[in-house]
This record gives sequence, C-alpha cells and structure tokens, in this order.
Amino acid sequence: MNDLAREPVTRAPVYAGSARVRANLVALGTITRREVRRMLRIWTQTLVPPAITMTLYFVIFGKIIGSRVGPMHGFSYMQYIVPGLVMMSIINNCYANITSSFFGSKFGRYVEEMLASPMPSWVVLSGYVAGAVLRGLLVGIIVLGIALFFTSLHVAHPLVALTTVLLGAVIFSLAGFINAMFAKRFDDIAIVPTFVLAPLTYLGGVFYSVNMLGSPWREASLANPILYMVNAFRFGILGIGDVPVWIAYVVMLAFVIGLGGFALWLLHRGVGLRS
Amino acid sequence: MPATPASSPVPALEVVDLRKTYSNGVQALKGVSLKVAQGDFFALLGPNGAGKSTLIGILSSLVNPSGGDARVFGLSIHADRGGVMRQIGLVPQEINFNQFETPFEICVNVAGFYGVPRAIAEPRAEKYLRELRIWDKAFQPTRMMSGGMKRRLMIARAMMNEPRLLILDEPTAGVDIEIRRSMWHFITGINAAGTTVILTTHYLEEAEQLCRNIAIIDHGEIVEDTSMRRLLSKLDVQSLVLDVTGLDGTLPRIDGVKLVRIDDQTLEAEMPSTHNLNALFAVLTAQGITVTSMRNKTNRLEELFVRLVERNGNGAKA
Repeated sequence: MNDLAREPVTRAPVYAGSARVRANLVALGTITRREVRRMLRIWTQTLVPPAITMTLYFVIFGKIIGSRVGPMHGFSYMQYIVPGLVMMSIINNCYANITSSFFGSKFGRYVEEMLASPMPSWVVLSGYVAGAVLRGLLVGIIVLGIALFFTSLHVAHPLVALTTVLLGAVIFSLAGFINAMFAKRFDDIAIVPTFVLAPLTYLGGVFYSVNMLGSPWREASLANPILYMVNAFRFGILGIGDVPVWIAYVVMLAFVIGLGGFALWLLHRGVGLRS
Repeated sequence: MPATPASSPVPALEVVDLRKTYSNGVQALKGVSLKVAQGDFFALLGPNGAGKSTLIGILSSLVNPSGGDARVFGLSIHADRGGVMRQIGLVPQEINFNQFETPFEICVNVAGFYGVPRAIAEPRAEKYLRELRIWDKAFQPTRMMSGGMKRRLMIARAMMNEPRLLILDEPTAGVDIEIRRSMWHFITGINAAGTTVILTTHYLEEAEQLCRNIAIIDHGEIVEDTSMRRLLSKLDVQSLVLDVTGLDGTLPRIDGVKLVRIDDQTLEAEMPSTHNLNALFAVLTAQGITVTSMRNKTNRLEELFVRLVERNGNGAKA
C-alpha cells in the first residue's frame, strides 16, 4: 500500500486548467464509449428493430403503394420517402437511446457515479448526446443501406445532408435527455415518443410534400420542427425540399441552443437527480 | 476562508454551519459543524434519520445544501465542486452500480469519470479488485455477485481515483464476519498510508475498534464531537460477565459491586468504572469462586451512544 502513502496537504490542491481539460476529455470519452458498448451489447434491441421496421416501410409504402402514387417532384415515390424515413429512424433512435440509458442510470442509481465525480455538467450531457447521436447515425446508415436495395440514390448536397443529420440527431438527443431528467417512472419516457414524437414525425412531411396540403394544415405543419429536418435532409439527398434550407438551419440551430441550454441548466440544478 | 499557516496541514474536512431542509419541510441538518484532521479514522454515528446520510450526500454532491459550507482539504463545495470531488472516494449505503456491467468495466469507467486514462485505470482496477479478493469475478456481470462481493466492489470502485478522503456509509451492512474483517484489513491499511477515512456504521464495536475520533449526530445536530478515548472515559459504570467455577451457596457482598447470578457458571457484576477489580477477585477467591474468563456485558460505545441519543430525546437504538 506504499504507493498510496502521502505527505500531509498544507494548502488546498490546485488543478491547472490544462489538467482539467485533459480530465474532461477522458471523462467525455468514457461516457461515450460506455454508451456505444451498451448499444452494441443490446444490438437486438437497438439496431435490428429499426432495420426491420424500415424494410417494411420500403416494401409497403415504397414498392406496393408507391408504384401507384407516381413521381414526386421528378423522383419516384420510393426515392422521395427515403430521406424522410432515414431521418425518422435517426430521430427515434437518438431519442430512445438517451431516454432509456439516462433514465436507466437514474432508476438503477448508478447515475450517482457521475454526480459524485468531478465531471462538469457539460461533459455528462455531451457524453450522453454523443452516444445517442452515434446510435442514430449507425441506424441511419443501416436504413440507408436497406433503401439502396430498393432504389438508387445520388446525394445532391453531401454537406447539407451530413449537417442536417447531425443537427437533427443532436436536437432529439437533447430532447430525450430532458425527458429522462424529468421522468420518475418508465411510463414517463414512453409517453413523449408515443403521443408527441410519432405524430410530429408522421406529420413532418416524411411521406408527402406539405405543399400538397391546403390552408390551414400547411401553415400548421410549418410549426413542426421535424418538417424542417426532413426537408433539409431531403434537399441534401435529392436537391428538393418544401422549405428554404437556410430557414431549416436557423430553426435547427435555435432548437440545439435552446434545448442544450435548458438541459445544462437542469443538470446544474440537479433537477430529478439531487434532493 | 480563515488563513492557515503554510506549515500546518489543512483539515481533511471542515464542515461549517451546514444546513439542509428538504422540499417536504424536513430539517435534516440544523447547522452542523465539525472538523476531521488529515489521516484520521473518524466515526460519524447516529440513529436512523439523524442526518448522517444527508451530510454524506452533501459532501459527495448528491444532495444540495440549504446553507453553510463544507471544505475538503481547503476546497469549498460551493467554489470548487470538481476539486472537492477529486479528493473524495464514496462507498454509499445502497448498491448503486449498473448490474449489467462487470466489476472491471465499472471500475475503469468510474476512473474515467475522474479523468484517469484507461492505460492507468485498467491496472489500477486489477490491483484493487485483487486486493479486495474479487478479481475472479472481474469479468462477470455484477448481478451474479453475492452481497459481500458487491460491497467490496463498491470499495474498489471508490479507490479508483485514489482519494485522499474515503467516506464509508455503512459499508459492512449485511456482510459476514470474515469478509468484514478482510474489508477492515484493507481500509486500515490505506488509512495507515495516509488516507483519511470517515465511517458511518451501526456496528458500534467496529467504530470503537477502528476509529480515533467520533462525532454523534442526532436530529440534525452534533451532540458529541471528541476523541474515542475521551468519549469512552465518560462511561462511569461497567457491567462485566464472569465465567466462574465453584459457585455454591450465597453470593458474597462487596461494597460498590452489584453481583447477580445468571446460572451456575456465570455471574454478572455491575460497578463504577473506577472500581478496583483486584478487590472483586480477592473476595471471590476467598469464597472459593474461580474466575475463568471475563468480558464486558455490552459494548462500551453502544452504552454511551444509547445514553447520548436518549438524552437528546431519541429513544431509537443503533
């Protein structure tokens, strides 16, 4: 035990800024790695279900129904719905990952391992968001890969596609984190996906163009943040969209800042975590 | 913060007027102040609901204080929470790790939360899991471990940042005697090497044997804060159980000693703690009674503890 032998401390220890930065990066990497390992450990719950669900969507909506719908803005219906379905998978999986993982840590009380550590709130939040975004991206790649069995795609604006996916994933990871912070029971993390997320996703222009809607449904649809993500991603993949892409970026950045700031404030206050 | 001379060690822990009122109005801490010196093995005792876990929760950042301050090695929990947490290792009362992870993963991850890179964390995890004799379970899910193994894992986990201050909140609850002894062997070892240890326990004989200083908390207030030796010296009456042979006829009368026959081989003697035991033995010997062994009827600290909390208006036992 000699390696623990210490001289008495005569004044408060000081930690240099660089040491804190290094420690925070190690901590961030640790949470992210733990989240990814969790996702891969339960791959039958995290990666297989979206692959099966989206295959069914492609077969039923893309092939069977889509063949009777006709072209949309010059693309086959199958091609038209692929960006929306990919974005839908990413959103749902980011949200599901962070809510189940963070609420699970609260329920099992092992969130205390993090609360009793020197990690600042932003490291905890960033680690969980990074884990959720990585699951979202992996699922997105799987769904895109499945889509390529049914149709061909040419990515029109790769940078727009990538940034849109990242922003959308971060937004719904943050939203899921906030949900998990307030949640007291498992029911509380199931309510939002069922009663809020699913309707917003289906009404967010995944399967149709909002320009096909009459007033006031078109205007009402513009209040749905998912509409901007789906259309910005569709613009990135196909080069078409129902809303100007710069407006989509403004909306998405506003959500990232708003939700991120709120989540950090909740963590700092320990809402739902500290008594 | 008052200035400390450069050469004198700062206290490992200094709690100043710490208060906590929960949202339901319960006042768990009513202005607690205490000081723990570096290298101490300090007992924090109190009946259930006295405020021990709230105090530990505040020190380990799991409970928000309502007022006052706590400084760990001179760092304030308000001014430098991260710095304080770097000094502390916590062994909580309740099992609080992911039951789907392995002990090795848990230890390495917790080290990562403190900024310890994996290259250092992995050999360190092996070292402490071996020292606590659970290395053979290191790569099995923790849900398959026994209660005693889980308790030892929580000690190994608390050591991953090699803390200067180790806080143990009832670490041996429900643990068998052999494992308890091995845990204390480990903890007294790290205390001897310089780690300050704060212990809460309901096994008062543990506290009496291990701790040099003690605070007793009751109803959110410190009712005693002294050295173990000084506290035990306050006990003015002792009760001894004597195993004897040759116990026939009536019991002798001895001034200042109340003798009670328990059975044909056992006597109980209650007397002032300053009473000369030689005089007791002399009278018994003269009566043809031989004392073959002797022990205290109750743990001395337990006796004092019960008196203190009863005096403070709490009849609860430890």
